[in-house]
Amino acid sequence: MPDNAQLLQLAIATPLVAALIIALGLPKRFATKLALVAFAVPAAVALWLWSQYPAEGGARYHYLSSIDTGLANYGISLKLGLNGIALPMFLLAAIVGGAAGLYALRSSAERLKTYLVLLLIMHGGLLGVFASVDIFFFYFFHELALIPTFIMVGIWGGRDRNYAAMKMTIYLTVGAMLSLIGLIAIYVKSGANTFDLISLKEAIAADGLAVTTQKHIFGVLMFGFGILVSLWPLHTWAPLGYGAAPSSAAMLHAGVLKKFGLYGLIQIALPLLPAGAAHWAWPLAVLAAVGNVLVIGFVTMAQRDLKQMLGYSSVMHMGYCFLGIAALSTVGTGGVVLLMVAHGLSVALLFMMATCIHHRTHTFDLSEMGGLAQKTPVLAGFFVAATMASIGLPGFANFWGELTVFVALWNFSKVLTAVAVAGVVISAIYGLRAAARVFFGPQTEALQRVLKAHPPMDLGWGERLPALLLLAALLFFGFYPKAISLPVDQALNPPANVAEVSPVTFQR
Amino acid sequence: MSPELLKAVADSNHWWAIGPEIILACAALGLLVLEIVTPKEHHRYIPAMAIASLAMVLTAVVITFTSSNWSEELLFGGLIRLTGAGQIARVFFLLSSLLVCFLATICLPRAKMPRVEFYHIVLVVTAALMLLAHSNHFALFFVALETVTIGFYILVSYFRDNALTLEAGLKYLVLGALSSAILLFGIVLLYGAVGRVEMDGFVRTGFDFAAVRAFLVENPDNFLAIAGTLLVLGGVAFKIGAFPFHVWVPDVYQGAPTPVTAFLAVSSKAAGFAVLLTLVLNVFAPITDKLVPVLSVLAAATILIGNLSALKQRNAKRLMGLSGVSHAGYLLMGVVAALTVPWAAGAVWFYLFTYLFASMAVFGVMAYLAGADDTAQELDHYEKLAKERPFLGAVLAVGIGSLAGIPPLAGFMGKLLIFVAAFQAHLYGLLAVAIVGVVVSIYYYFGWIKAAFFETWTPNPESAPARPAPAAPTLIGSAILASLALVTVLLGFYQEPLTRWLLP
Repeated sequence: MPDNAQLLQLAIATPLVAALIIALGLPKRFATKLALVAFAVPAAVALWLWSQYPAEGGARYHYLSSIDTGLANYGISLKLGLNGIALPMFLLAAIVGGAAGLYALRSSAERLKTYLVLLLIMHGGLLGVFASVDIFFFYFFHELALIPTFIMVGIWGGRDRNYAAMKMTIYLTVGAMLSLIGLIAIYVKSGANTFDLISLKEAIAADGLAVTTQKHIFGVLMFGFGILVSLWPLHTWAPLGYGAAPSSAAMLHAGVLKKFGLYGLIQIALPLLPAGAAHWAWPLAVLAAVGNVLVIGFVTMAQRDLKQMLGYSSVMHMGYCFLGIAALSTVGTGGVVLLMVAHGLSVALLFMMATCIHHRTHTFDLSEMGGLAQKTPVLAGFFVAATMASIGLPGFANFWGELTVFVALWNFSKVLTAVAVAGVVISAIYGLRAAARVFFGPQTEALQRVLKAHPPMDLGWGERLPALLLLAALLFFGFYPKAISLPVDQALNPPANVAEVSPVTFQR
Repeated sequence: MSPELLKAVADSNHWWAIGPEIILACAALGLLVLEIVTPKEHHRYIPAMAIASLAMVLTAVVITFTSSNWSEELLFGGLIRLTGAGQIARVFFLLSSLLVCFLATICLPRAKMPRVEFYHIVLVVTAALMLLAHSNHFALFFVALETVTIGFYILVSYFRDNALTLEAGLKYLVLGALSSAILLFGIVLLYGAVGRVEMDGFVRTGFDFAAVRAFLVENPDNFLAIAGTLLVLGGVAFKIGAFPFHVWVPDVYQGAPTPVTAFLAVSSKAAGFAVLLTLVLNVFAPITDKLVPVLSVLAAATILIGNLSALKQRNAKRLMGLSGVSHAGYLLMGVVAALTVPWAAGAVWFYLFTYLFASMAVFGVMAYLAGADDTAQELDHYEKLAKERPFLGAVLAVGIGSLAGIPPLAGFMGKLLIFVAAFQAHLYGLLAVAIVGVVVSIYYYFGWIKAAFFETWTPNPESAPARPAPAAPTLIGSAILASLALVTVLLGFYQEPLTRWLLP
C-alpha cells in the first residue's frame, strides 16, 4: 500500500503516463479505456487525500515528497505537497479534469486519440501546478498544461481558430515570461537561491526583502499573473480563445488553469512580498473593479453569442478574485480561494452546457434560439442551475466566495464594494437573459428549421454524468463551505502573513 | 634556444592528449585512400566508415572523460591547454558531426555529387574544431580556426550546380575572409602591444594566452591591447553570427546544403562560444569591466535583430538561420553573465547541448522534406505534414518547441538556467530584451507549427504550387530522429545526465 505522498505523485503521473502510452500508438478502443482510468484515478486520489487531510493541519504542507531531477544544487527539485490553500485547488483540478475527460470521451471529436493525449497532458499539468511546493515546478506544470490548450484551439477550434490560437499563445507567453522573471527575482533576491517555497518563506521570514525590491517584484508578478488571469485591459485573449476552444479545453482552461495566476498571487506573492502587495493593492483594486467588473460587465451584457458571453463573464468574475486579493486581509484571500473553486466548477459546467446547446441548435447566436426547455428539460435545468451559481445565489458555493470578498472589501474601500455589488446585478441581468433566450419564449424560425432537421435529444448519460459531478460539487460546497474554508483559514491565519497588513481576521 | 629548453618543450609533447584529433585526421585521409583503391560500387560504404570513426572517437572521449584527471595541463610548450570545458567541447563537436553525417546520407544522394570528399572535409573540420577548443596560443588558435573556415568554404558551395548555393559560397568566402582579416589584425595588435616577456623562466611572446593576460593585468588601459581585444572578439562574433556580423547568415544558410546548414548552425556557432568563453574568462579577464558593456550591447542587439528579422521569413532555412542569430544572442547573455557568475559557463554549454538536439531534429525533418531544389524549403511545404507523416510532424513539433523554449522541453531548461544566471549577474536590462525576444520568437516558431499542424483553407487546391512530397524516413533515420526528440523531452524533465557533467 503506497503512502499518501506516493499517491499524490501517482495522481499527477497517471494522466501523463497514460498520454505517453496512447501517443506511442495504443489502439483506439484501449485508448479510451485507459483515458477513462487516467481521468478517474486523480479524482479518486484527490478525494481520498482530502478525506485523510489532518483536521488542524492546513498551515503546513502534507504528503511531502521530493525528487531530484539534476538541478538540486541550483535549488530546483520536484517537491510535491499540499497545504490548506493547495488542497481545495487540487480537488478542483481533479473534479473538473474528471468531468472534462468524461465529456471528451463521449464527444465525437475528430482524431480523438490526439485529443485525449493533449487533454491528459493538460490534466496532469493542472494537478502538478497545485501540488508543487517548488515554485519553479509550479510554473513548469502550468506551461505543460498551457501548450496543449493552444494546440487544441488550433486544431479543433471553432470560428477564427488560427487567429485565436495565435493571439492566446502570444498573450499568455508574455504573461508566463513575466511571471517567470518575477519568480526568478524571488529566487535571487531572497538570497536563498532556491525555488522551494518552504525554504523561501523561511529565508524571507528571517531576512525580509527590501521594500523597493518587493514593490518591483510584486509589480512584475501582478502583471504577469494578471495577463494569465485576464486582468483588464490585458484580457482580450480570453473571450476570443474560449469562444474558439473546444469544450473540454475551455472547461479546463477557464475552470482551472486560469486560476494559476490567482493561486500564485495568494500562495507566493502575498506571503513573500507583503509590502509590495500593500503598494500595488489600490491600482489592482481599481483595475479590477472598474475594468473587470464594470466595463467587462457591460460588454458581457452586449454579447449576442453564447460562448463569447461566457468568456466575458468569466473575465468579469476574475475581477472579484482580484478585489479579494487587493483587500489584503485573510477574509478576502480566503474568499478568493472559495470563489476560485466555485467559479471553476460553475464555469466548467456552463461551457459544457453551451456545447450541449450548440449540438442541438447548431448555433451560438442567442437571437436565433428560444423555447428549448420544452424539448430538453434536463439540459435546461443544468444550464439554469449553473447560471444561478455563477450569479452567486445562496445555496451555491459562489455565494460564499462573493460574500466573503465583499465583506473584506468593505474594510478596504466602500466605493469599490458598491461597484462590485453592482456587478452582481449586471451578471444577473446577462445570465438570466441568456437562460431565458435559450430555453424559454417562442422558437425562432431558424431554430425550428434546425430542430426539424435534427430532432433534439435531451442530455444523454455521457453528458449528464460529468454535469452531475460538477453540480454536486457546487451544491456540496454551497451548503458546507467549511470543507474549503477550514483548511484555507488555517493556512492563512496562524503564521499571520497577511494579517500584519490588515487587522481583520477570518472568523466564521 | 638551449638544448635543455628544447628538451623541456619536447617533454610536454603528449601526443596522446590530441589523440582524438589525430585519429580523425588519419581517418579523413584514409577515406580518400579508400576511394582510390576500392572499386566504385563499394563507395557507398564510405559514409558508414566516416560515421563509424566519429562514433569510435566519441566513445573513447566519453569513456576517458570521467576516468582521467584533466588538471589544466599545458602541453606542447603551451600551445594546448587541456581543460574540462575542452573535453565537453570535444563531445559536442563529435556528436554534432555524427548527426551532420547522418543528414548528409539523406541529402547527398539526391544531388548526385561526389560524396567522399564531403565526409573527408567534415572529419577534418571536426578535428580542427576540437583543436580550437583546446588552443592556448593565438598562432594555433588562428590556424585551427582557418582550417575550420576553409573547410566550410568548400562545404557551403558543395552543390555547385545551384546558383543560390554558389552565391552563398561566394558570400561566405568574402565575408569569412574579411572576418579572418579582422581577427588576425586583432591578434597582431595584441602581439605588438605585449611584445616579448619572460614568465616562469620562459620567454613568451604576445601569442601566448598567459602572456596576454599578464600584460592586461599590468596595463588594463593600454589602447593597442584593447583595440586588439575588440578586433579579436569581432572575428569571433562573425563565427557565432552576432550583430553586426550576422548579415551573411540568412543567405548562406539558405544556399548551403541542409547538412552544411546544420553544421554551421550548431558546430560553427558552438565553436565560437567555446572560444569566446576561453577568451573572456581567461585571456581577457583582467579587462572584464570594459567587456561587459560591449558584450551586453552586442547581446541585446543580436537578440532583437535576430528575432525581428526572422518574423517575416517564409523559407525554413532562412528562418533557422535568423532564429539561430537570436539564440546566439541568448548565449551571449550567458557569456556576459559568466563574467561575474562562474557557473553560467556551464549553463551556456547546457543551452548549446539542448540547441544541438533540437536543431538537429528540425534539420532532420527538413532534410526529409526537401525536394530536388535544396534551397527552396518554404514553410508552405509543411502543410498537412502532421496528417501525411505524423512521425515527422511530431519530431518537428518537439524540435521547434524546444528551440522556442517551451516547457517541458530541454530548450526551456537551457533558457531558464541562462536567465537565472543573468539575474544573479544583475543584467536586468538584458533580461527584459531577452523576454521580448522570446515572445517575438513565439510568433514565427508557432507559425511553423501552424503550417504543419493546423489546416488552413486554400481557395483552390489544384492551383496551389506543387510541393515536394516528403520522403519516407528509413528505419535508422526514424530511430535517430526519435531519439533526438526523446532526449529533448527527457532533458526537460530530468536534467541530471547533463548537469552532473556540465554543472558539477
